[in-house]
Amino acid sequence: MGRLIYLKNVVTLELDPEKCVGCGVCLEVCPHPVFRIDNGLAAIENRDACMECGACALNCPTEALSVSSGVGCAAAVINSALGRESSSCCCVIESEPKQGILSTADFQELKLPESS
Amino acid sequence: MGLPDSKQSFVMGTVQTPVGPVPQVSASLDFMDHWGVFKARWGVGRMNYTVEPGLYALGHPDSKTPVLVTANYKLTFDTLRRCLPDLDVWILVLNTEGINVWCAAGKGTFGTEELVRRIKSSRLEEVVSHRQVILPQLSGPGIAAYQISKLSGFKAVFGPITASDIKTFLDKGCKADPEMRQKTFSLSERTVLIPVELTGALKPSLLIIPLLFILGGLGNQAGYWDNALHFGVLAVIAFLGSLLAGAVLTPIFLPWLPGRAFSVKGLFAGLIVAAVFLLVQSIDLGVWSGRFYSLAWLLLIPGVSAFLAMNFTGASTYTSLSGVKKEMRYAVPLEGAAVLFGLALWIVSRYAA
Repeated sequence: MGRLIYLKNVVTLELDPEKCVGCGVCLEVCPHPVFRIDNGLAAIENRDACMECGACALNCPTEALSVSSGVGCAAAVINSALGRESSSCCCVIESEPKQGILSTADFQELKLPESS
Repeated sequence: MGLPDSKQSFVMGTVQTPVGPVPQVSASLDFMDHWGVFKARWGVGRMNYTVEPGLYALGHPDSKTPVLVTANYKLTFDTLRRCLPDLDVWILVLNTEGINVWCAAGKGTFGTEELVRRIKSSRLEEVVSHRQVILPQLSGPGIAAYQISKLSGFKAVFGPITASDIKTFLDKGCKADPEMRQKTFSLSERTVLIPVELTGALKPSLLIIPLLFILGGLGNQAGYWDNALHFGVLAVIAFLGSLLAGAVLTPIFLPWLPGRAFSVKGLFAGLIVAAVFLLVQSIDLGVWSGRFYSLAWLLLIPGVSAFLAMNFTGASTYTSLSGVKKEMRYAVPLEGAAVLFGLALWIVSRYAA
C-alpha cells in the first residue's frame, strides 16, 4: 500500500528560497515527506503530502516558510460554521495566532517568579 | 503550580529531589489504567481524562537522565510510560486540558508559552544538571523549538513521533531515523478510531431511528402501524448499514476505496452496502414502487455514509484544512440533497403502484 495522499493542488504551503538558511528543521518537524534538502537549502518535494499543520512555518527560524495552518477536520468546519464548540471534537478551525517570533513583551511575561 | 499530587491513583511513590518529592510512576499499566483506555476509546469521559500537569519520575531517574515532555491527556501519558519499560526518565506533563499532543499543538495549548512556564514552575533546572528537553515531534505545530532555549535556558529537541521509538532515539544519541519522522495511518491506527466514530453517531441516531418508524407508517398498502413496523424496521437496518459503511468500512478500507476525498470513499462504501441491502430483499423492479424504493436507498445509504466518512477527516493523519473545505463545498450540498430526495422517494414508493 502506498502512502495516503489527500486532494491535489489545494495546499497553501509556500517556501521563500531567498530566506532559507538550510537548517533542515522543516524536515525534522514535518510528519510527511513534503521537503527535501537540495544544494544545502530546503525545497518542496511533494506539496500534496502537506496537511497544513503549520509545524514547519512555526519552527522556521528565518520565516522562510508560510502556510495557512489549521486542522483538516470536517466536524470542526461544521461546528465553526454553526458557531458552536463541539464536545466530541478536539479540533479548532482557526487557531489563535501563535505564528512568528515572540515579542519582547511576551518574553517578559514568560519570565515567571522562580517558585510560583 | 509546583509538584503534581502524589495521591493520584497511578502514582506508586515518590522520588526525592532538591525541589521535593516528585511523584513516581511505572511503565506497566494496572487494571484501572486499561479500563480508562477502553472507556476513552468509546468516548466515555474522554474530554475529562487527565493527569495533573508537572514533573513525574518514571523508574529511578537522577540529575543526568533525559526529560520527556508530554500532554496531560491520561491516554497520552499512559501510552508514553507503557512504551518505556526498563527506562529511567523524567516526564514533564504540560497542561493541555486533557487533549492529546497533536490536537493540543494545533490549538496552541501544547505551546511555547506553556512549555516555558512548566519548566520554570517545576524548577527543572534544580532537578537535572543537563539543559535539554525532548519534545514529541507532533508538538511542532505548537512549539517553536528554537525559542525555548532563550526563554527557558533549556534546549528543546524534537524526538520521534511515536513513543515506541523513544528508546531507539535515546540509544542513538537523540537522533531520529527518517521513518520515525513520518506519520503513518495504518490499519490498526484506523481501526482503533472506529468506536469513537460510532459513539459520535449515537446521539443523532436516537432522533433518526424513531423518525424512520414515524415516516415508515405513511403509505396506503396496509394500516399505519403495520407499515411503521415493516418499513420502519427495514429502514433502521438500512440506517445502521449506512453507519457501518461510513464509520466502520471506510476507516478499515480507506486506502483501497476509490477517490481521494473522504466523502467519495464513503460514497463507494455506501453503494456497496446499499446494493447488498437491496439484493437480499429481491425487489420487483418491474413496478414503480420497487424502482422508487431501490433508488431511495441507493441515495440514502451512500448519502449518510459519505457524510460520516467526510467527518473521519478529523481523525485522519494527513488531511489539510484547505482540502477539507474544498471537499465540503461540493460534498455537503450533495449529501443533503441525496438524503432529502431519498427520503421523499422512500415515502412516495409506498403510494406508487
